[in-house]
Amino acid sequence: MTVGLWRAFCLVLHRELLLSFRRPDQLLQPLVFFLIVTTLFPLGLSVQLSLLREMAPGVLWVAALLSSLLSLDSLFKSDADDGTLEQLALSGQGLTLLIVAKTLAHWLMSGAALVLISPIVGTALAIPVNAFGIMMVSLTLGTLTLSWLGAIGAGLTVGLKRGNVLLSLIVLPLAMPLLIFGAGATDRAISGTSAEGALYLLAALCVLTCTLAPFAATAALRITLE
Amino acid sequence: MRAVPGLRVDEIHVWRGERHVLRGVSFEVSPGELLHVSGANGTGKTTLLRVVAGLLRPDHGVVHWQGHAITRVRSEYHSALAYASHEPALKSDLTAFENLRFMVGLKRRVSPGELLASLNRTGVAECADLPARVLSAGQRRRVAMARVLACRASLWLLYEPYTNLDTAGSHLLSSLLDEHVSTGGLALVVAHHEVSLAGTRHFGLNA
Repeated sequence: MTVGLWRAFCLVLHRELLLSFRRPDQLLQPLVFFLIVTTLFPLGLSVQLSLLREMAPGVLWVAALLSSLLSLDSLFKSDADDGTLEQLALSGQGLTLLIVAKTLAHWLMSGAALVLISPIVGTALAIPVNAFGIMMVSLTLGTLTLSWLGAIGAGLTVGLKRGNVLLSLIVLPLAMPLLIFGAGATDRAISGTSAEGALYLLAALCVLTCTLAPFAATAALRITLE
Repeated sequence: MRAVPGLRVDEIHVWRGERHVLRGVSFEVSPGELLHVSGANGTGKTTLLRVVAGLLRPDHGVVHWQGHAITRVRSEYHSALAYASHEPALKSDLTAFENLRFMVGLKRRVSPGELLASLNRTGVAECADLPARVLSAGQRRRVAMARVLACRASLWLLYEPYTNLDTAGSHLLSSLLDEHVSTGGLALVVAHHEVSLAGTRHFGLNA
């Protein structure tokens, strides 16, 4: 009996989540990095609360981008190294669908987890509690978009020995709009003005990458497999 | 064009940079046949297997499955195919059973009983609940063989399947191949090891 698309999607998602839970260190490292980097700023800067609050959105977003990048390198690397990627390509299921499942699992374990701990960081950076909602929504959209951009980059660099630096060089320029609109939305939320415009733009970027990036990542991986 | 029920490889040419690796390779494998591909190092055995699997696009030539170019019937072809490369394709953090469940599960709906039966058949049933990282190279090879078995694919593409296997393992693999081929299956085996089963044809690659 053949396997439906949904079943195949769930199988890969389940497998990826199980693998993440078996290696909690890989899960925790980017999060701890995020926490440490963001707490370095209040320590390094003066204790002026107003200055910290002004810098908070930028610091938060740069730290979020960098910590997401840490985990992106491993997205396809281990599968490529142990031959699993070839098996996925030969499974008879669309490779794009399997990549969507893999990337979604990656986002759940990195991006979504980062969003969940962001209130702690927000507190450390003196972001007012009433701005947490907008901050978390913008981070959700931003990290999801970044996971997709990263999937393309990881697909292109998976065959390289030291691909992680190249991966950052490919992904970070593409992530600049995210930083601008994401930090913008958080900034507006802190100052109490409407953040709708920036959020809509972030959402548009998110939809764009969610729909197009899977195909680009598949093409990149197929080239790498050859 | 004659429609062959099986695999037909037509005038495959592959260049790797400046090197002309495969120079017009052609052969057919019909149901009930095993093609044993051998050749010295660097004659393009791996490349050929990857071309036949559809992982590598040849610069010239076509691979046909049941009379259709595999690029046109990719998902049907891959559903009918079980591929074992030199990597056993096991996740070291998953148990042997979980590895099988996820990989075979993408090909066909399979019950846990069936998976255990294939692990049992390849003699690694006691390793089912062990993480793949603690298995020996030979045991990993046997788990990979169990995956091929559990896929119930009609075409087996195996790369050096005898590597790391002990004498009993080699006999077991030969009997599995014999069983597969005698029930109408097709197999393409790249191996330095001697393969002399009923229905075996030999194909040598030259530099």
